Amino acid sequence: MSGSLHGVRVIELASLWGAWSAKLLGDLGADVVVVEPPGGHFTRSFGPFVNDEPHPDRSLWWWYYNTSKRSVVLDLSSPRGAEHLRQLVADADIVIEGEKPGRLAALGLDHSDLRAGHPELVWTSVTSHGRRSTRSAEPWIDLTLAAASGLAWLNGYDDHSLPPMRGRGSQTLQIGGVHAAMATLSALIHRDSTGAGQHVDVSVSAACNVTTESGTFVWLVAGQTVQRQTGRHAFITPTMEVQGQAADGRYITSGFLPQSAQDYEALLVWLDELDLRETCPEVFFLELGVERGGINVSKDFGDPEVLAILGAGRTALMHIAANIPALDFFEGAQGRDLQCGIIFSPEEAYENRHFRARGFQVRVKHDELAREVDYPGAPFKMAASPWAISRRPPLVGEHTEELLGIPRTTDAGGESRS
Amino acid sequence: MQALSHVTICDLSGQLAGAGATRYLAALGARVIRVEDPVRQGAWDIVRGSPPYVDDRRGMELGGGFNNHNVEKLGVTLNLRLESGRDLLRRLIAVSDVVTENFAAGVMTKLGFSYDEMRSIRPDIIYVSNSGFGHSGPYANFKTFGPVVQAVCGLTFGVGLPDAPPAGWGFSYMDHMGANLMAAAVLAALAHRNRSGEGQWVDMSCTEAGLGLTGPDLLDYTVNGRPLRRPGMPDSNHSDNPPMAPHGIFPTDEEDRWVALACRDDVDWVAFGTVCRASWADDARFDTLAGRLEAQAELDRLVSEWTSKHSRHQVADMLLAAGVPAAPVAMSEDRIERDADNAAWGLFPTVDHPVIGDVRVDGIPAHFSQTDWRIERGAPLLGEHNREVFCELLGLTNEEFTTLQEEGVF
Repeated sequence: MSGSLHGVRVIELASLWGAWSAKLLGDLGADVVVVEPPGGHFTRSFGPFVNDEPHPDRSLWWWYYNTSKRSVVLDLSSPRGAEHLRQLVADADIVIEGEKPGRLAALGLDHSDLRAGHPELVWTSVTSHGRRSTRSAEPWIDLTLAAASGLAWLNGYDDHSLPPMRGRGSQTLQIGGVHAAMATLSALIHRDSTGAGQHVDVSVSAACNVTTESGTFVWLVAGQTVQRQTGRHAFITPTMEVQGQAADGRYITSGFLPQSAQDYEALLVWLDELDLRETCPEVFFLELGVERGGINVSKDFGDPEVLAILGAGRTALMHIAANIPALDFFEGAQGRDLQCGIIFSPEEAYENRHFRARGFQVRVKHDELAREVDYPGAPFKMAASPWAISRRPPLVGEHTEELLGIPRTTDAGGESRS
Repeated sequence: MQALSHVTICDLSGQLAGAGATRYLAALGARVIRVEDPVRQGAWDIVRGSPPYVDDRRGMELGGGFNNHNVEKLGVTLNLRLESGRDLLRRLIAVSDVVTENFAAGVMTKLGFSYDEMRSIRPDIIYVSNSGFGHSGPYANFKTFGPVVQAVCGLTFGVGLPDAPPAGWGFSYMDHMGANLMAAAVLAALAHRNRSGEGQWVDMSCTEAGLGLTGPDLLDYTVNGRPLRRPGMPDSNHSDNPPMAPHGIFPTDEEDRWVALACRDDVDWVAFGTVCRASWADDARFDTLAGRLEAQAELDRLVSEWTSKHSRHQVADMLLAAGVPAAPVAMSEDRIERDADNAAWGLFPTVDHPVIGDVRVDGIPAHFSQTDWRIERGAPLLGEHNREVFCELLGLTNEEFTTLQEEGVF
């Protein structure tokens, strides 16, 4: 079986913003060729590196975002390099690029130039603020986009002397990247039915702005600004804490607090099983929760007894967590139909038996290092056209000869920055 | 004509992670028919009647988040407890290209609509399910919502100060990214059907999708054996890869107003010095990245002293003009009311909702030169399009419609 995009040729001009979208398309079966400047794209200088030895072919950042791609090295500012790009694009269905506005036009290589004789081509530009904005010429990075787009405002601690927080993992790039992939796929589907390509202008900033949930719609609808809180949703007024520490030091989240009689019954049984009923405060209110047949907080918010019962549910969950390891708490709660969570580190989730059983760990052969490497797997499982890493991330210009019939250059001097 | 004008989606999804996926497809022209339960008045979707509200009115048609996430969809009601209700769903599936849902695993099968059932109704049907843990594996029956998804997949762990409790995401980030990846799954399956003629079931686990958003940290673990659970982590306002210093979010001259700034390299650092003009900026210890990283705590303190004398906009404007990445930490109103780029993009279009009235919603962050998105109509009322869908599309006569209505199917 081949992937969904089998037979679709994508030319990607290597960029910070476009890398993930092209990987998504490549892992879905497209034939992706990433075009890098001499020396390799600057993101190859991003760590971590294999055995902490910096080298363009050992960047794990590059690895993750460039699976299922081939690489050619071209100097687009030279007539020969430009000609080679035209040659590659002539055979392509899709181009993805994240160049600063104006650069490609100055080289005669913009979408208006290359789509002229190739109207079925889908050309996706993914830049910090869109091709139409002068801000895309400014130096934007993950941190400053997270700040300017409203993401950072929402994350942090109850203590507001501590700063708002950015999330790890280049999330702005991934938000922009998934939107670039969605838009490109939509344009491809339009082409499937009409034969017409088009230019798609993606703004990472705009993408992040609409990835802020109540940070945006509470303002749009009610004209209010939500405020950050530790481990839970930012809100217009302070809400109940949901995060607690388990006996092994790991954190858990209480999730939706119990409200049904069965929930309270389950909590009481669980407390008994662990011999914790005696030490658990407010057990009386759990019993009351059972007696009352559960509570409905949204209906009876003013009723102090209802709030006491709700609070007792939370207290019981935190008490149980404090006495057992976090994983036992998580599996025990979910096994009792209580929607609690465990705060795994990424590697703990990756090693967890559930994700292992589903085959999320994907082994990829790195012949250049004579070893195999376990990668994160599919974002979704497609039964008929499976997601797959079709090839390991390419070495700098590894496929230049194969694709263009010219020798691979490995000369240094790649661009720094973007 | 829009990119997805020829696509019909039978949409049983809701909340934010499901509704967010089909809202994108609807904005691109797909005919999205959202199916809700008339018995519970759509209450399965917890945001339907939830805040925010435009005024003092409350009720199932007034949830601001629901409106935001269900623009441009048609709304029908079907009581799937009744055989005649299930029969109409079968007829709806027969004219649909895609079925979407984000129930807990197993709910659709219990309703009598497993993938095999749907395939017998329409052989090339595309079925995309988005559940917390997917339909296989030991946790398949566990239940989640956004905060649990992002906790379990490692994303919550990655937000916070070094060695401090997780700050986590202050919103359901994975409802957004889950929705985006769910939309990508629908689109990929449509592309595959265009090429092969075959439909399929796509089993999406939202936690798995979230785990894939921690890629380089995971590879550091599988390749170098370095876990993210280690001293000094997650330290997410600093940048370890690529290393930069200074890199962070700093206080300004107003309480709880902040500015983000970073020096990517020594060139940025020199430019920073020309803007800041403090004597410590000339300290030779800070000349190199290695030196700045070594003394990062001290550097952060000095940078904070400087930023505290200015407004967030002043700091950002001065540094950006010098070529150094910087931006105010924007509050909602900063970017929604006072951002020229967002305004020029049309990022917050106004929709017309029959009960709520005119209200702004999220737009789409891509513009298409030939088939651009359109968001004009607000979320459907409960069963608003029953006649349009069941009579005009599925061909029920008025008498049949009335009879079914009396039976309580709608």
